[in-house]
Amino acid sequence: MSARVGVVLFPGSNCEHDVVEAVTMLGGQGEIVWHGDSDLGGVDAVVIPGGFAHGDYLRPGAIARFSPIMDAVREFARSGGPVVGICNGFQVLTEAGLLPGALQKNRGLKFVCQPTVLRVVTSDTALTTGIEVGTELVVPINHFEGNYTCSPETLAELQGEDRVVVRYVDNPNGSLDDIAGVCSAERNVVGLMPHPERAMLDLLGSSDGRMLLGSLLAVAGRAKAA
Amino acid sequence: MAVSRHLEQVCEHEDMRFDVQVQVRLRDGVSDPEGATIERSLPALGFDGVSGVGVGKVIHFTLEAADEASARAEVTDMCDRFLTNPVIEQADIKITESSDAEAATSA
Repeated sequence: MSARVGVVLFPGSNCEHDVVEAVTMLGGQGEIVWHGDSDLGGVDAVVIPGGFAHGDYLRPGAIARFSPIMDAVREFARSGGPVVGICNGFQVLTEAGLLPGALQKNRGLKFVCQPTVLRVVTSDTALTTGIEVGTELVVPINHFEGNYTCSPETLAELQGEDRVVVRYVDNPNGSLDDIAGVCSAERNVVGLMPHPERAMLDLLGSSDGRMLLGSLLAVAGRAKAA
Repeated sequence: MAVSRHLEQVCEHEDMRFDVQVQVRLRDGVSDPEGATIERSLPALGFDGVSGVGVGKVIHFTLEAADEASARAEVTDMCDRFLTNPVIEQADIKITESSDAEAATSA
């Protein structure tokens, strides 16, 4: 049976169906999981999709971490399950304390919506397993608050533990150290601002997102088999 | 003895009301593109000599607490855990005894 990927829907999420569709294209089984549920229903991987969870009130991600489903996501992550936060989902994971750092307003107050070139920095995460280090991927970004920042100590830790997952080749938003995505110490929780689910077809500009989500499905499938 | 215990119980129930204002602003050293843009724009209207513009937000509410110290402790905890993101933000907390305190306690 194919890997089941739970895609968490908050009020204000708007990329959940794209992620479900992308997962389905790759042979997985995408399922929407309501934020008010307290149970992930036995999925093999979790994606927190993009959008504006709870209207981004107070700060992006600040309210989402109180949703009942987040306790289940935390528990799933603690048990080693693969969790990926995309865009607003990355913001949610930092606010929930599952990933370090914060996403602040873009340099120059620019809303950015464009394809970007990412360089894969590590192959040892739920999202990049099997992708050679140095591989360049074209994946679109679409955000106002994607400027990654963290304390110098955290940055040193991320660099020292090989936890920067992807970097921008041409930094579009002012992110510290060109960081586009990071992972947890256990490497199963990954957050990134670019949208792999929007890079699934060459016809639409790029199909490089298939490599990233394909990796997630492979890792989820392995977990399922184990 | 019985009277003082009774008084203690009364005091426990009669919390004071405080007006709380939490000013959230970016930590020193965190870039503030909004503030920088405002600062660059002001001279166009003839306001010269402005520097150090920063943009934040104000969260205000009333809080019932035993005294000002415990109110401050509670608000500080709120800021650390929810009202600010300590990675990039800091809070200035202002607490004043609520002006309608008498009305509230006699009600």
